Amino acid sequence: MSAIDDSGTGGMSAPRWRLFAPILLILAAGAVNWRAGVIVALWLLAWSINLVLARRGGQARRILVPVIFGLSVLLIWELAVRFFAVPGVILPPPSAIADRIAASLPILWGDFVQTVIKGALSGYVMGCGAAVAVAVLIDRSPFLQRGLLPVANFAAALPIVGTAPILVMWFGFDWHSKAAVVIVMVFFPMLVNTMAGLQSAEAMQRDLMRTYGAGYWQTLVKLRFPAAMPFMFNGLKICTTLALIGAIVAEFFGSPVRGMGFRISTEVGRLGLDMVWAEITVAALAGSAFYGLVAMIERGVTFWHPSQRR
Amino acid sequence: MRWFRLRAVPVISVLLALIVVWYVAAVWMNSQWTLDQAARAETTPGFTEIVKDTMVQERPKLPAPHQVAVSFYDLVFDKKVTSKRSLVYHAWVTLSATLFGFAIGTGLGIALALGIVHNRAMDMSVMPWAIASQTIPILAIAPMIIVVLNSIGITGLVPKAVISAYLSFFPVVVGMVAGLRSPDAMQLDLMKTYNASATQVLFKLRLPASMPFLFASLKVGIAAALVGAVVGELPVQQGGLGARLLGGSYYGQTIQMWAALFMAAILAAVLVFIVARVEAGVLKRMGMAR
Repeated sequence: MSAIDDSGTGGMSAPRWRLFAPILLILAAGAVNWRAGVIVALWLLAWSINLVLARRGGQARRILVPVIFGLSVLLIWELAVRFFAVPGVILPPPSAIADRIAASLPILWGDFVQTVIKGALSGYVMGCGAAVAVAVLIDRSPFLQRGLLPVANFAAALPIVGTAPILVMWFGFDWHSKAAVVIVMVFFPMLVNTMAGLQSAEAMQRDLMRTYGAGYWQTLVKLRFPAAMPFMFNGLKICTTLALIGAIVAEFFGSPVRGMGFRISTEVGRLGLDMVWAEITVAALAGSAFYGLVAMIERGVTFWHPSQRR
Repeated sequence: MRWFRLRAVPVISVLLALIVVWYVAAVWMNSQWTLDQAARAETTPGFTEIVKDTMVQERPKLPAPHQVAVSFYDLVFDKKVTSKRSLVYHAWVTLSATLFGFAIGTGLGIALALGIVHNRAMDMSVMPWAIASQTIPILAIAPMIIVVLNSIGITGLVPKAVISAYLSFFPVVVGMVAGLRSPDAMQLDLMKTYNASATQVLFKLRLPASMPFLFASLKVGIAAALVGAVVGELPVQQGGLGARLLGGSYYGQTIQMWAALFMAAILAAVLVFIVARVEAGVLKRMGMAR
């Protein structure tokens, strides 16, 4: 850890104002409004627990500190909404969102299947598969590589989500158009990463394969693909998020009456913000799970790579 | 000449091939409409007639490249810049929100990264969430931000800028933390032997060392900010490239959609290019050019 830590917490060495400032802050907030005082006090309490944990805690603090932080944010969100009577159409409290999730599990599941499984996942598999296939196809032609790499790099920076309305017009409202958007979105980042990966086997290693009398395909399968795996998984991980974004945003342009993007845009229109937050929660969980799954496969496949060693 | 042969020729050939593919696809996709029209008129067009017709349709499924180019030229150069039909006007609406949001997101991102590097509790509390947020489709909240801010009376530029800021924020935090931590123990020890204060270490070692990381994140961030602004323009039709895209899809104005799409692509390319030029200049001045 190279973090400089000059956050004095307790102890005799801490300057006096560091002890009094929080108390003053609570009193000041409380003087304006007792509810604000409670919220500030809660925040400072959670924060000082974290300060102490960050200094002294054992291994568990790696998980404990972010969890305490997350819970305190949720708690303060809940209290702030209740204390200041924020209308539910602006910001529903976490408890209302949890209620909504519990009450509409079948709807959320249907939306999840429509958007993540049918739209994002199928597009992800096809798009990444196509990118790898193209990378292998043009692998033997330096001319095509030199031509395609700048174009692919350029395309990877473009706002490709913008093609969503066009693809929705072409492929209809159902999941096919969402998969098409996802394919276009994941193709270029995956292509760039696979091409870089296929170049990554060293000259020495290639020479060794040649001395073994290995042909092009043998070298590809036994040396260059394994060597490319860290790069390809980098691309695959980037593409998990892109796939979900593509599938959800494409639904803003038209979809059947289910799907996460559809639900978000219609519930926003009806000011059913608890449902919107429920969908966002599902989207966040799905995104993390998707990424985590790919990262787990990566751990298994590229166990030999320095970044995976413990 | 060598540069030309090794770099330009392959890229130009690939681009030409793409245009050829586009034309073929345009003929293939638009011919259905031509054939339907012909069947209705009870004529059988020859091949050349079909091809000719697919190039000039009013609302083609896939407009031919030259149709998009003509429309683009018309909307960009032949319309008054202030006119609502001008693509320049809509690009400016999107660009202003993008830049405003990008500036806010970058500023807050750098500020949070400084906090994370200087305070271990903040590092341990916030950093896991910042990293996890990269795996989340944040763009999904765009419609909600727009509508909620609209309902409390904030309209126009600000809601879109909020989305742009939000999207460019996390890449900057993660990249900047990596950058501020990039000086190795030896360099930090040297600063300690100089009796440098935390502020001096920050300004003389950490900030300069973080520049390559910062610019890498800025390139990601500005592209994300543009996407955020475009998507933020979908729920309310108040101008901007996103509004043009959605409007085009409502009324089947495919040529207009493609023109807007190209404008967005050009905007993204120019923004990323500018950041890359600034990066090259800054790194060169600091003696860090690779």
